[in-house]
Amino acid sequence: MGCRLCEIHCITAHSKSKNIIKVFRYEVPQPVPSVIVEEKEYTTFAIQCRHCEDAPCIQACITGAMHRDPDTNAVHVDHEKCVGCWMCIMVCPFGAIQRGTVEKKVASKCDLCVDREIPACVENCPNEALVLVEVSE
Amino acid sequence: MAKRRAPSEFIVERDEYKCIRCLACVRMCSYEANFYDERENMVFTDNSKCVGCHFCEAICPTDAIRVIHNPLAIKQNAHWTGEVVSDIIKQAETGGVLLASMGNDKQHFSYFDRIILNASQVTNPSIDPLREPMEIRTFIGRKPESVDLEVENGSVLLKTEITPQLKLEVPIMFSAMSYGSISLNACKSLAKAAQMMGTFFNTGEGGLHKDLRQYGANMIVQCASGRFGVDMEYLNAGAAIEIKIGQGAKPGIGGHLPGEKVTEPISETRMIPVGTDAISPAPHHDIYSIEDLRQLIYALKEATRYEKPVGVKISAVHNVAPIASGIVRAGADFVVIDGIRGGTGATPKVIRDNVGIPIELAIAVVDQRLRDEGIRHLASIVVAGGIRNSADVIKAIALGADAVYIGTAALVSLGCHLCQKCYTGKCNWGIATQDPKLVKRLNPEIGARRAANLLRAWALEIKEMLGGMGINAIESLRGNRDQLRGVGLSEYELKLLGIKPAGEAW
Amino acid sequence: MMRYVIIGAGPAGLAAVEAIREVDVEGEIALLTMEDVPAYSKPLITYLLGKKVQEKNMLYRTREFFDEHRVEVRTGAEVVRVDTDSNMVYLKNGESLSYDRLLIATGGAPFKPPIEGLEKEGVFTFTRWCDEKDMAEYIERNGVHEAVVLGGGLIGLKTTEALMELGIKVHIVELADRILAATFDKKASEIITRALEREGCEVHTNDTVVQVKGGKRISRVILKSGKEIKTRLLVVAIGVTPNVGFLRDSGVRLGRRGIMVDDRMRTSISNIYAAGDCTEVLDESTGEWRTIAIWPIASAQGKVAGYNMAGREVRYQGGIPMNSVELAGIPTISVGCTNVEGDDVEILKYEDPSSSVYKKLVIKNNKLIGAVFVGDIDRAGIYTGLITHGVDVSTFKDALLDEGFGLIYLPKEYRKKLIEGELKVWLE
Repeated sequence: MGCRLCEIHCITAHSKSKNIIKVFRYEVPQPVPSVIVEEKEYTTFAIQCRHCEDAPCIQACITGAMHRDPDTNAVHVDHEKCVGCWMCIMVCPFGAIQRGTVEKKVASKCDLCVDREIPACVENCPNEALVLVEVSE
Repeated sequence: MAKRRAPSEFIVERDEYKCIRCLACVRMCSYEANFYDERENMVFTDNSKCVGCHFCEAICPTDAIRVIHNPLAIKQNAHWTGEVVSDIIKQAETGGVLLASMGNDKQHFSYFDRIILNASQVTNPSIDPLREPMEIRTFIGRKPESVDLEVENGSVLLKTEITPQLKLEVPIMFSAMSYGSISLNACKSLAKAAQMMGTFFNTGEGGLHKDLRQYGANMIVQCASGRFGVDMEYLNAGAAIEIKIGQGAKPGIGGHLPGEKVTEPISETRMIPVGTDAISPAPHHDIYSIEDLRQLIYALKEATRYEKPVGVKISAVHNVAPIASGIVRAGADFVVIDGIRGGTGATPKVIRDNVGIPIELAIAVVDQRLRDEGIRHLASIVVAGGIRNSADVIKAIALGADAVYIGTAALVSLGCHLCQKCYTGKCNWGIATQDPKLVKRLNPEIGARRAANLLRAWALEIKEMLGGMGINAIESLRGNRDQLRGVGLSEYELKLLGIKPAGEAW
Repeated sequence: MMRYVIIGAGPAGLAAVEAIREVDVEGEIALLTMEDVPAYSKPLITYLLGKKVQEKNMLYRTREFFDEHRVEVRTGAEVVRVDTDSNMVYLKNGESLSYDRLLIATGGAPFKPPIEGLEKEGVFTFTRWCDEKDMAEYIERNGVHEAVVLGGGLIGLKTTEALMELGIKVHIVELADRILAATFDKKASEIITRALEREGCEVHTNDTVVQVKGGKRISRVILKSGKEIKTRLLVVAIGVTPNVGFLRDSGVRLGRRGIMVDDRMRTSISNIYAAGDCTEVLDESTGEWRTIAIWPIASAQGKVAGYNMAGREVRYQGGIPMNSVELAGIPTISVGCTNVEGDDVEILKYEDPSSSVYKKLVIKNNKLIGAVFVGDIDRAGIYTGLITHGVDVSTFKDALLDEGFGLIYLPKEYRKKLIEGELKVWLE
């Protein structure tokens, strides 16, 4: 519905303090949200990493930082390895990867909130528009 | 200078420390009350635009917003209340009829609050609904004079032919709210909740959107004075038909959906051109007598091959009892009575607040009249108009109703915050609006879950109260006014209600 | 049991390993690499030189990868000859291996032009980890303060950047009239040039090195223009050519430079496949067959080759040249045809000189065929998708460079295909 609370909660979940007020008052730079709300006329949707089966970002990554977690099948960025060549940004057809702000040279994307049981955006969507779906092959 | 402006009804307070400038409140307010000033890096509110719907308060991720009531500061008294003075200021400004939404909100019309229930002690044991079966299933429709049974090989067979009935798993239905007065997502929420709970929702006079067809088994279709959306397919789409004569919020008044709200999908369901006003006349122009009504009832029964119960809805007015009697004699399978607190999307405020009688009195007098005439079994009585909780439901049934309709309570379960601005069409909660951007805010999955939860909760409470009275079937409560007592009521009011004052034994 | 031999441990070779193992869990896979370590990332050597990446992070696939995929890795194994009759591969050290299916993924080798004095100490090419080790050691030993980089392409510029990180003043010498001429458009070149100059780099265009002077070791270079630059370091970075010398007389057909392959990445010999920078592929943007030496294409081709080698028949859909690089702090992406002009070509531009932001889109026949992003590369992949998948953009053309442009503007069917993962670089 375009409230963009998913973005706010994504930023908070990936911040240092994890405190919604402190993040926005004191943390500079703030993390970029890895969920992006798009709006046009009457349509609104939130887009984040689809954790594609044939992930072009993994294929394009020159460092091996972009990888698939063998247990969850989710696509993650190894922040230590990433050098910020932005090949992944170039090839992601969803535009779901962005340049990080906290670690300048590191790509930022949805990590499905690995530290949380339910991703922050899903948990906090007031209209339950975001749901976490596991697709089995 | 006599010119002045009615002061803002609400003040939006923002906790400066907590506000993170996420601007959700700015983006979400359909009344554009909240705005952001880039230079100051602050979010402000134009309080005069705030309707008090509390959407911004609900959406604020840091709990930084409080919407508070702004009482009129001029000197008031019990007679010249703030509301009265504000109304005068508004009318002096506009020179027009004041519009209002929802139902009459005046406390002094409520008899429910002055009626109390009985419970068993010592001599008649109460029943624990958690341990013993409790029957609240209700059938709406004409009941036979007597039943012929045949016992064959130990099993009982019913020989009497029973006319069509609606089977309600809970004695509560969702009252007529048209697609147009409320959003499609609101309709879907109620339809789905009705399906989940084994009860019914009512299309209102809005025709039938194709997405709602699948809920036909739990749907009552309405045929009102505008006859919008009525055709053979529509009449046969639901489980029952309701002829709407009147509505509690606006007795004697028709309906008017302005042309700008008649969008493409609305035009399709109402079967009128896009952009034309949808006017439901005050009377049905083919009904000027009970005999005329009888013709329509039977026309509809013919049209549906006598397979569906046909009811008639009227607003509770002074003559409600004889009118109800006439309706039953005209062949209706159920009579719906809508009291003065019944809601609406838009009505002149003066009508909403002054026309009609409280539903409690209407139930009592109608039930009594039909009993006196020996025709109570010929039709069920469904009542509506300000039913707020399970206690109201149980009191209504004890006064003589078969079942109740809830409208406002259902909408509150969907998110309605009673701001009473339905008529603006800008409902932030996605309920009383057709703006696609706003409609989306009501996820029908959530809506259905919440509305169903409400019915589930009320059903549990009803069973508790029944058990306390030592009654194990809602059937045994209907018209069982001995279970009720009045507090602070005059002798004559008690007589009309058919109840004894509190303190008096059986 | 099938025996697969893969020559080359770059992205193509490793993608082939993954693909083969998806289909064939039993076959033997031998991976040959002339390098001392397998699976290190060649583009990272400039980052390593500039101390922006640690040695331990040079590997983009770890030892476990090879164990998991059960690959026999042979390092230091340079192939000198392939005998296609006996299906044998001969190594420099005298050993030989037999194969049932062979993949050639040998990549490219730096091109060295015939310049007088190029054999002197202090002249480097820069495409391998060993080059980086040698150069870093040379710089350290000789206290290099000034360097000349011949070639203003991506490798040249990334090397320049690394040298500048080490406090070395760099002269870039470029034969064309601008740097990055092959990959970026004029305006993008201009922005990058200015940014490099701001950081103290000197750019000499329309020029080249004609002579390298000095004794055993380089001391200065002489340019075509007559300029003389004192330097102890010359990096030759004027391009790479497919590394296919060992295929002479093997019967594997070569094109103008690289190995000719069909859409299954098969060479003229039916059990020999090739993928990556050593091949010539269909450049979808021009319809030409040529070498497109970029990582994602190498990966994709390796995968296609791997599938076909293991018996799953898939067809490669062709690739589009594209590059992403951050130079002098400015992220830059270029995709497809960015340097075309003509009546049938429509150009959309956005420029904000104050923030070095520049965006350009090239549209032909209602389709996006090229895109350049400088300074602001947010969501560039959406445009790459439109280019690669040939989406008709006529209905939302005007919104393409709007601030809020995103997936929401794209045709529903395309979005659906994207989300359902139907658009792949190969077809079954």
